[in-house]
Amino acid sequence: MAQRVAIEASDLHVSRDGIAVIRGLSFTVAAGRVTGLLGPSGCGKTTLMRALVGVQRNVTGTLSVLGVEAGRASLRRRVAYLTQAASVYQDITVRENLAYLAAILGVGPAGVERALAQVELTPLAGRLVRRLSGGERARVSLASALLGAPELLVLDEPTVGLDPLLRGQLWELFGHLAAGGATLLVSSHVMDEARRCDDVMLLREGELIARDTPAGLLARTGAQDLDEAFLRLVRGQAST
Amino acid sequence: MSADRVRATARRVLRQLRHDPRTVALVLMVPAVLMTLLRLVYEGRPEIFDAAGAPLLTIFPLMTMFLITSVALLRERTTGTLERLLTTPLRKLELLLGYGLAFGTLAAGQVAIAVSVSFGLLGLHVAASKLLVALLCLLVALLGMGLGLLASAFARTEFQVVQFFPATIVPQLLLCGLLTPRQDMQGVLGAVSDLLPMSYAVDAMHHLAREATISGALLGDLAIVVAFAALAIGLGAATLQRRTE
Repeated sequence: MAQRVAIEASDLHVSRDGIAVIRGLSFTVAAGRVTGLLGPSGCGKTTLMRALVGVQRNVTGTLSVLGVEAGRASLRRRVAYLTQAASVYQDITVRENLAYLAAILGVGPAGVERALAQVELTPLAGRLVRRLSGGERARVSLASALLGAPELLVLDEPTVGLDPLLRGQLWELFGHLAAGGATLLVSSHVMDEARRCDDVMLLREGELIARDTPAGLLARTGAQDLDEAFLRLVRGQAST
Repeated sequence: MSADRVRATARRVLRQLRHDPRTVALVLMVPAVLMTLLRLVYEGRPEIFDAAGAPLLTIFPLMTMFLITSVALLRERTTGTLERLLTTPLRKLELLLGYGLAFGTLAAGQVAIAVSVSFGLLGLHVAASKLLVALLCLLVALLGMGLGLLASAFARTEFQVVQFFPATIVPQLLLCGLLTPRQDMQGVLGAVSDLLPMSYAVDAMHHLAREATISGALLGDLAIVVAFAALAIGLGAATLQRRTE
């Protein structure tokens, strides 16, 4: 089956404050799948995501998203971005936060309630965001990324700080969204999360060191788990 | 341009204010209380109260709008909400108009209370109509918003942005003609005074205080205030960068 391509990058470079953060990446991300962007902190995950959604300066090379050059205004309705720190207004309620973004996207109240239910926040909808815990705040931010049924979701560490049960539920949700045709690019620095993805991209110091399915990574490296696989890949890269 | 997105932004900002009743109460009441204080200081000397009170009425909305706009926009910039908004279909102009609508409503409330108390209770006297005084105050509020937006671009923390108040607004207060008539200022001081937007707001108020009719000089001062406001908002909008380091 020919797979549609959601993201296509070729010879992508990004520098931040004069330092090369992304160093010549070329890859494609298949549509309708959950792709994990894995790698240690500081490896360039956030910078790559910022480039994809068009808020990163100093991007060179080609980067196309849903068939259009990344950052084009026409993509702002089709791509949703979850920043790493929860980007929510502290001084209004959960529902008021979502209602604002919904109004910008032209989504009705039913869409707001659905997003609340998807991240299990319905019982807290009337609470001020500043009274929530860090994990709850992160879910408010995630819920706003789900509004308006975006074709591509770029999620920067959406499961950080959540309990295992909730983390499992969110990964299930990501799977459902992909099954419904959406493309998800999800970053994490926890290798264990890679097994929940359809495809995995391993990033280290701004370079792509592996790109495979989770099972493929294990088979290639002969490792027992993905942490081990990552270590073997890094060592293999260092020795060549 | 979408009126819906402007309204949605204004509604969100007003909701933030509604959850912060203390700030709203301070913004609405403090100018009226200060005008009352001024009236008590010049008890029995109504001509001095008129001379100092009228210009002060224009300065309050500038100070308030400067402070709330600079802090609110700094928060948008530093908490990641601006970055996220700029990845949605919301345009910068819609964001700024939304803020203008919400804070403008607050400024209108402040001006209405300060003007009613000053004229109704304290016996402040000006030659022109009180409605014109209120309109001038609203124009100055717009100027305060523009300057606050600009200040938010040059600060990284709330400590810094609040320090822009004594650094940029207090010098204007000293040179705007409130303490000494502008025509008495010598050389460099007069030239600097001519460059500052608050000078023209106070000049305009002096016209309203002395003349019942709308003169060309008054319109000229108003045009300069509007031009400064537009320039500050335009420059401030340019600092709302979609792509950042």
